[in-house]
Amino acid sequence: MPADPTRRRLLLAAPALLLSGCKVFDGMTGDSPARNLLEGANALTHATQKFVARDALAPEYSRADIRQGMRPNGVTAPQDSDYQALAASGWADWRLAVTGAVERPLSLSLAQLMAMPPRTQITRHDCVEGWSCIAEWTGVQLSRVLAEARPLPQARFLYVRSMDTIERGLAGGIRYWESLDLRDALHPQTILAYGMNGSPLPVANGAPLRLRVERQLGYKMAKYLHAIEVVPALADKGGYWEERGYDWYAGI
Amino acid sequence: MADTAPRGPLVYRQRLATRLTHWAWALSLFVLLLTGLQIFNAHPGLYLGDQSGFEFNNAVLALSARDTPEGLRGVTWVLGHEFDTTGLLGASGGEMRGFPSWATIPSYHDLATGRVIHFFFAWLLTGTLLLWLLASLLNGHWRELIPTGRDLRALPADVADHLRLRLHHRRRYNVLQKLSYAGVLFVLLPGMIVTGLCMSPSFNAAAPWLLDLLGGRQTARTLHFLGMSLLVLFFVVHLLMVVLAGPLNELRSILTGWYRLSPGESSDAR
Repeated sequence: MPADPTRRRLLLAAPALLLSGCKVFDGMTGDSPARNLLEGANALTHATQKFVARDALAPEYSRADIRQGMRPNGVTAPQDSDYQALAASGWADWRLAVTGAVERPLSLSLAQLMAMPPRTQITRHDCVEGWSCIAEWTGVQLSRVLAEARPLPQARFLYVRSMDTIERGLAGGIRYWESLDLRDALHPQTILAYGMNGSPLPVANGAPLRLRVERQLGYKMAKYLHAIEVVPALADKGGYWEERGYDWYAGI
Repeated sequence: MADTAPRGPLVYRQRLATRLTHWAWALSLFVLLLTGLQIFNAHPGLYLGDQSGFEFNNAVLALSARDTPEGLRGVTWVLGHEFDTTGLLGASGGEMRGFPSWATIPSYHDLATGRVIHFFFAWLLTGTLLLWLLASLLNGHWRELIPTGRDLRALPADVADHLRLRLHHRRRYNVLQKLSYAGVLFVLLPGMIVTGLCMSPSFNAAAPWLLDLLGGRQTARTLHFLGMSLLVLFFVVHLLMVVLAGPLNELRSILTGWYRLSPGESSDAR
């Protein structure tokens, strides 16, 4: 064995260097050129998956695969008084507003949505945290609602706006929101769900109406919806979690 | 002692492409491991099948923390067996944590940043691996990693030599090197990419057959974790072999390409 002490020190230093490497990326939460470069991978993933997945449907499962209740996440009991008043009225006064870059703005009641041709699908919900849960969802295809509203030629994205306050700060409460491009909005499995596992959608899972975007992760599927806004371009990072560092495209 | 001993010939052993991809993979895998553990920490449990059992048990591994009079204890549950792993798994630094702070990027809890960095380096690894596979198909380098019949017959002797730490520095890889490098490059790394992709709901739509082949998304996640463990094992043995075989000669060959053979070894490529 070589007795050269510098050599030995070098050998001992290497693993120590590796172990302290975990702090290299600390403090990269905000906007920075390095962060933007790394986030570029998300655009590459989106472009690749658009090309590979095209219009393919997410896997659908059988009733036998529903082995447990649907695990709720995020806000599970909105404390907002307007929400609670609507819930108390049995959603009689609740409306879904469809506005923005559309020919015909809409204001739809739950009964009107339920009168449209329904779609039922048993799908797997994948949370960004890593867990999955299978449930049956019933609702109306978002494409049908958009067809009634008739998006204008400049329409590219849509915002979905929720009634639940997910964060309370000094500047007031922040209500959950999300956004999709028209490709995912018009996908046949993208539905506005009002039913789950054969029952009306429970409050914990987003009553009276939530979004299902089956080829993306759970945080895209906003609950407690009250408005859809069609826009030519996103005015922010596209959602509550996106503003907190999560990728806008959540197909992976 | 090294100066008086007879020295073998110095040969150009590692091509530039091999050296560049080696370090691209070393960097990518290091970052992927630590960001992967950050992502795992967001839900430190593994399951078999399509979904995660919350109301039934299909778990194979679960890291959790328990409040006790002696403080927070880390508990590792593996297939029905429980272990106290305080300080390492389940609880460390006085908080509930799957893997400890020193093993994750970022060192604090930040799933969003962990994911952003993980996917960037996943692309780097995939891109360089594809380039390397293409290049080695074209220049025949892949054949240097596939054991020949003669190699396999020499396997017992090679294992015995390694166990006695009689390490020969030859022009070509020995059979254990071939098996481990081919295993990592042709099986483990492609397997990590496939199991990683099968956790993507969009990729599941594109290739549902691959998801079925693997046995569901949660099985894919478990296999991804298992593959990671095997890569860590490879890394440990790889470093150990570098140290045992003469770290300066080995480092020189992977940095400059030049490698000194054992005395008496032929520098002839065949």
